[in-house]
Amino acid sequence: MKRTTLSACLGALLLLAGPARAEDKLKVGFVYVGPVADYGYSFQHDLSRKALEQALPGKVETTFLENVPEADSERAIEKLARSGMGLIFTTSFGFMEPTLKVARKFPKVKFEHATGYKRAPNVSTYSARFYEGRYVCGKIAAKLSKTGTVGYIASFPIPEVVSGINAFMLGAQSVNPNLKLKIVWVNTWFDPGKEAEAAKALLAQGADILSQHTDSAAPLQEAEKQGKLAFGQSSDQYRFAPKAQLTSIVDDWNGYVIHEAKAVMDGSWASHDTWGGIKDGMVVLAPFTNMPADVKAMAEETVKDIASGKVQPFAGPVAKQDGTVAVKAGETAPDPMILGMNWYVKGIDDKLPQ
Amino acid sequence: MSLDLVQMILATVLAAATPLIIAALGELVAERAGVLNLGVEGMMVCGAALGFAAAVETGSTLAGALAGIGAGMALAALFGVLTVGLAANQVASGLALTILGLGLSGLAGAGYVGLKREPAPHLAVPGLSDLPGVGRLLFGQDGFVYAALALAVAVSWFLWRTRAGLILRAIGDDAAATHSLGLPVRGVRFLAVLFGGGCAGLAGSYLSLAYTPFWTPAMTAGRGWIALALVVFASWRPARVVGGAVLFGGATVLQLHAQASGIGLPGQLLSALPYLATILALVLLSLGRRRGGSLAPAALGRDFTPHR
Repeated sequence: MKRTTLSACLGALLLLAGPARAEDKLKVGFVYVGPVADYGYSFQHDLSRKALEQALPGKVETTFLENVPEADSERAIEKLARSGMGLIFTTSFGFMEPTLKVARKFPKVKFEHATGYKRAPNVSTYSARFYEGRYVCGKIAAKLSKTGTVGYIASFPIPEVVSGINAFMLGAQSVNPNLKLKIVWVNTWFDPGKEAEAAKALLAQGADILSQHTDSAAPLQEAEKQGKLAFGQSSDQYRFAPKAQLTSIVDDWNGYVIHEAKAVMDGSWASHDTWGGIKDGMVVLAPFTNMPADVKAMAEETVKDIASGKVQPFAGPVAKQDGTVAVKAGETAPDPMILGMNWYVKGIDDKLPQ
Repeated sequence: MSLDLVQMILATVLAAATPLIIAALGELVAERAGVLNLGVEGMMVCGAALGFAAAVETGSTLAGALAGIGAGMALAALFGVLTVGLAANQVASGLALTILGLGLSGLAGAGYVGLKREPAPHLAVPGLSDLPGVGRLLFGQDGFVYAALALAVAVSWFLWRTRAGLILRAIGDDAAATHSLGLPVRGVRFLAVLFGGGCAGLAGSYLSLAYTPFWTPAMTAGRGWIALALVVFASWRPARVVGGAVLFGGATVLQLHAQASGIGLPGQLLSALPYLATILALVLLSLGRRRGGSLAPAALGRDFTPHR
């Protein structure tokens, strides 16, 4: 008898407390294209979810869906929107159209789409200036390369990848104007076997430092195996190659995600586009390792200078491969130019696949 | 190009071909028995996950390889029960197996992402492995490479030199006729499917233990599908599987080396080369065999239910 009364009371309490609590808490959903355990792109996005829970304990409630195929993402996003989410982060380029479609059906829910360019009154976009990190990597590589040749494993000839290659080369040329960059296009974002083969091919052709714009740790491991050096990708991959990783360009979404959640809570959220870099803490370089102190100091200073605006990776004069001027001296490349980059800078000895 | 570089390229071609050879040989045996298993990719990726997990837990590459084989066989047994035992549609079941395998491997391997271990040891024969030009290629590979080549010889011998092999091929050509001779059609088909699963699992464990020694979800990256294409390309013959795998692996590796050495070849075209080669081979094969009918086992993909 006692027990029934108690549970009845508890039940009543829960009924009373339930809705009130749900209103206090902002429910935030995340949709990832890959597994959270990829130690790369989706892993970094999930870190921001965890950071959000830590930053606003008791005020937010988060949910995530991983391994969501881009073709099937509308269903997943709608499921989250239906379940009472106030804010939903969709974190892959391919989620763009599905996000907009669901956003039209749920005008009260706020959406944040990473790396896209289409917005709506309740859809914001955000991305990071990864090329700033590549500029720093280029400087380090030029300092450390003994053979004067650096290998670059590239995925697809899209502006994000091409601007990364150019920024890397411009950084390298600021240290050693004669540095050679060998580029291999693997035509995939993720294929450990193929990435390792590309690494082997580049190392066999005299490259002694590798940089990659693909997602697996295989090239780092190949460099480690052969006693060479390399840069990580997306997240700190030191654990894969403690003797080879120089640094890694880390995507840090934590600050942005927390800021947006707070904006929704205090009602100041508005649709906008964010393209943050080192200055905003969105692009972070993993600890500089496997390099002498003077190179490390140079790298740290470059990071500081980019943050303060003293150094701009695409500051003029920048010449295209054929010698024509892309950016005049005293000017810097405007954002649309960087976002649509489909040409190499001078000094790159490769033909850009079209 | 120096002799060492040529040798290094040939060695990597062979390494890239190895998982294709192993997985395709297994599928070849299953298809010769008349069962089309489209789940190679799923069985392979499970072999990669469990192979790596077992190798990390025990510290032994051999245990890892055996676990990979076991994982592939377990999935194949499920497929066998469905398609051979219950006569379910082979294409649908195979596709489901791939999806299941990708999911299961992610679950089983979740705790092992980001760990690393030493790659499988390479053979070192004093004197021979250091021979200039050919030493590393012939005497310095890891165990999986030799196992793949031995497997090709064994499968070829089994299919064309043993009575059991003859029965298996007969079942793949005409299940009803072999059944009326009193031969165990479903038993043989089930074993062939199991063998195919074991091979796919072994091929997967080669990826996570030797080729790129770590586990990461979906690391097979479509190699199971290439193995399936390879079986057709090889017109169901083991020796041609080896040749085709070297061609497929070689095209990939050579185009990367061509890019790295600055030979201006369009990467996309070279990436498509294996598939273009498959289409060309299919055209040539069908032209040559116009009157003889298809080279495929006649009962491939057809389920069989004995009359009672």
